[in-house]
Amino acid sequence: MPANSSEIVIEATNLKKVYGDFVAVNGINFKVTKGESFGLLGPNGAGKSTTMRMISATLTRSEGDLKILGLDPVTKAPQIRAHLGVIPQQDHLDNELTVAENLYIYGRYFGLSRAYLKPKVEELLEFAQLVEKRNEKVEALSGGMKRRLTIARGLINQPEILMLDEPTTGLDPQARHILWDRLFRLKEEGVTLILTTHYMDEAEQLCDRIVVMDNGTIMAEGSPAGLIAEYSSKEVLELRFGSNKNIEAAKALEGYGDRLEILPDRILLYCNDAEAVLEKVNHDGMKPLTSLVRRSSLEDVFLRLTGRTLVE
Amino acid sequence: MSTINRTVSRWTVLHAVEHRLLIQKKWFKSILLFGIGNPTLYLLSIGLGIGSLVDANTTGVDGVKYLTFLAPALLANAAIQSAMTETMFPAMAGFIWAKTFFGIRSTPISGKGIASGIWISAILQVAFTTGIYWIILWLFGAMDHAGSWLSLLTAIYGGLAVGAVMLFVASLIDHDDGFLAIVNRFVMMPMFLFSGTFYPLTTLPLYVRWIGWVSPLWHSTELGRWASYGHSIPGTIAIIHIAYLGLWIGLGLYFARRRFNQRLAK
Amino acid sequence: MILNAAVDSAIAIAERRIGKPGEQVFAGRPYVMIQRSFLAFKRSAWFVILSGFVEPVFYLASFGYGLSKLVGNMSAAGHPISYAAFIAPGLLATSAMNGAIYDSTWNVFFKMHHGKVYNAMLATSLGPLDVAIGEIGWALLRGFTYAVGFMIVVTPFGLIPSWWGILAIPAAVLIAFGFASVGMGITSYLKDFQQMEWINFFMLPMFLFSGTLYSISAFPRALQLIIEALPLSQAIGLVRDLTLGQVHPGTLWHVLYFVVMIVAGLIFTTRRLQNLFQK
Repeated sequence: MPANSSEIVIEATNLKKVYGDFVAVNGINFKVTKGESFGLLGPNGAGKSTTMRMISATLTRSEGDLKILGLDPVTKAPQIRAHLGVIPQQDHLDNELTVAENLYIYGRYFGLSRAYLKPKVEELLEFAQLVEKRNEKVEALSGGMKRRLTIARGLINQPEILMLDEPTTGLDPQARHILWDRLFRLKEEGVTLILTTHYMDEAEQLCDRIVVMDNGTIMAEGSPAGLIAEYSSKEVLELRFGSNKNIEAAKALEGYGDRLEILPDRILLYCNDAEAVLEKVNHDGMKPLTSLVRRSSLEDVFLRLTGRTLVE
Repeated sequence: MSTINRTVSRWTVLHAVEHRLLIQKKWFKSILLFGIGNPTLYLLSIGLGIGSLVDANTTGVDGVKYLTFLAPALLANAAIQSAMTETMFPAMAGFIWAKTFFGIRSTPISGKGIASGIWISAILQVAFTTGIYWIILWLFGAMDHAGSWLSLLTAIYGGLAVGAVMLFVASLIDHDDGFLAIVNRFVMMPMFLFSGTFYPLTTLPLYVRWIGWVSPLWHSTELGRWASYGHSIPGTIAIIHIAYLGLWIGLGLYFARRRFNQRLAK
Repeated sequence: MILNAAVDSAIAIAERRIGKPGEQVFAGRPYVMIQRSFLAFKRSAWFVILSGFVEPVFYLASFGYGLSKLVGNMSAAGHPISYAAFIAPGLLATSAMNGAIYDSTWNVFFKMHHGKVYNAMLATSLGPLDVAIGEIGWALLRGFTYAVGFMIVVTPFGLIPSWWGILAIPAAVLIAFGFASVGMGITSYLKDFQQMEWINFFMLPMFLFSGTLYSISAFPRALQLIIEALPLSQAIGLVRDLTLGQVHPGTLWHVLYFVVMIVAGLIFTTRRLQNLFQK
């Protein structure tokens, strides 16, 4: 049951985190409503994880205001954490324990009773497709299994808000799709998802709404489709002329599309009908080594906003 | 192909040694600190503290002052400790913790080469730490006989005997489930405490004395006492001491080299 | 449905703490940490852990039997006692210290930097004080086990001449508590294994000069005063008073020393954990 209420569960006002001289998060504002799937998109070091930790009530803010479910994480941290499920970037699983014990003891940290945890652990093993691995030590699991276990662990207290920091980084495509499927299910059940990612496809798949972050500030905010419509064209033509010839070729391509970006290995032409532009390029006697016609993505939005690519 | 391999393999051992020395360089400062600091404190406390009690109560142990009696045993033990650290830790790191051996394997260095490499670089390490220890003992006046310097050699010899066997033992371990703690607790510690280290082995009842007889520490200590203050040992017994330690080196290295090769061939 | 009832309970459990003292750092659940340690213990090489108590026993056997022949009798408060009876309390106190230091430094260091176990715990409604007390509690359980093992082996040899000696077991736990609560805070400052070696470097002189194996009266008065201010010599004093049955008002000062050390250590460690994981 996707929530149609507009109850605000997270509200950040001029939120700032400073470490010495380094400003990790520089006065950001955003709101998240109940049941929403909200993404923080940006490259490494953009301030996503810092923001996540402040929301998770495991990091105090330097300035500004932050309310989680109406509570201030500075004075009500343990209470807030009882509402959250946290999936940290590096799993932080307990290597000395088995798969099932990891789930059980994590529930005990919340003070949950054995009577509640016994069936709950079974349910989550099922959810994470780890029933057969229940008595294995965590070390023996693959990266994808560890990730699923971490997500299952984050669900032990039946959280209203799930915090996922880079949920699929380092996983192979198949493991990613299994994970996305699990996250969809949670979204359908009405859990609010907050996730960081530097994968555009992940953000497009999972998020209702995104903020694009860079250097601790928010560059843009909106739905994936809305951001693409606002900051990019409908289609993109990618052309490669060979590493030394791209800049020269770019001069000749001026005016072929709405806009043009030169990357070290290729040229991106933003336009509404990429096939037509490609035909024109070929017709005019330019000989790209390879060409690719595709739809605009969040990668293009990020490039437009920051002049840099997300994954380098 | 085969010619290249042969030329390389001659230097195999030296490359492995070089690899070990590069790692040790990082630890040089703390080795120096602990190498000097620890024995000095230990001697001040045990040698002088207990020494003053013993010297007040006896007319000398084995005919000499307590510190002089104790010194060769401490030296022999220091060499053994150092040899253990320098053989077991690299072996466990290479096979279990960092698994670096499985990376070296793809170069022409063989398992046997790695085993010998560790042991040979341990010689330098043991000689260094034991040398410092000897100098400190000498400064404390516990090594003032003409032939005392020979006890440095006997101590290193004893250390390397234990090092060779421990290299083999470490190569047998598949999981680091506290094996080192068990070796320390049930082998090294009893050996240290019941090998005639702090008092002549004959003080102990016969049913405990065998610990000393099998312990390389006792053999090494006996040789050290002979060298450093003229503790009397019949010739045949001296040969037994030397041969026993030599046996540890021979068997230890033989099995360690074999085991390293087998394990890396898998 | 069970699940919905439980949703309330995770939050309800946390809300029950509101208004209680230290609600920000303490959830009132250090026992779940002990439960975690017990699960890990069952999965580990538990023999290695349990057999730890033999170390002071070996020392006592070697020194108490062999060295005593060279050293002769000792005196405590004017009474002659055997060398073995003199060093037994020292070895018990020292082993309580070593166990507590090991558990609160190496063990904690591993969990902090390699397993990152604490990061996961502190993302739940658990607080840093729960973690600190729980980890220290486990160290104390181990210390208690070792002390009992030591006493069982040693008493038949007549080395614990007084009934007061039974109190040496809780005394060993008190000593371990003091060292563990300070040790954990210190560990939080350390970044790599080389720095961990420094702990040993400071522990060794304390062990060597605190009068485990001989009386510190052999030292000059100034040095004696410094040594007496150190926790190990306080610990040995306390245990020795008890095993030899020489309990006097001064014994209580030793106890007070450790009570202060425990309180200060816990405050220090909790602050550090909070800074480390939540700032």
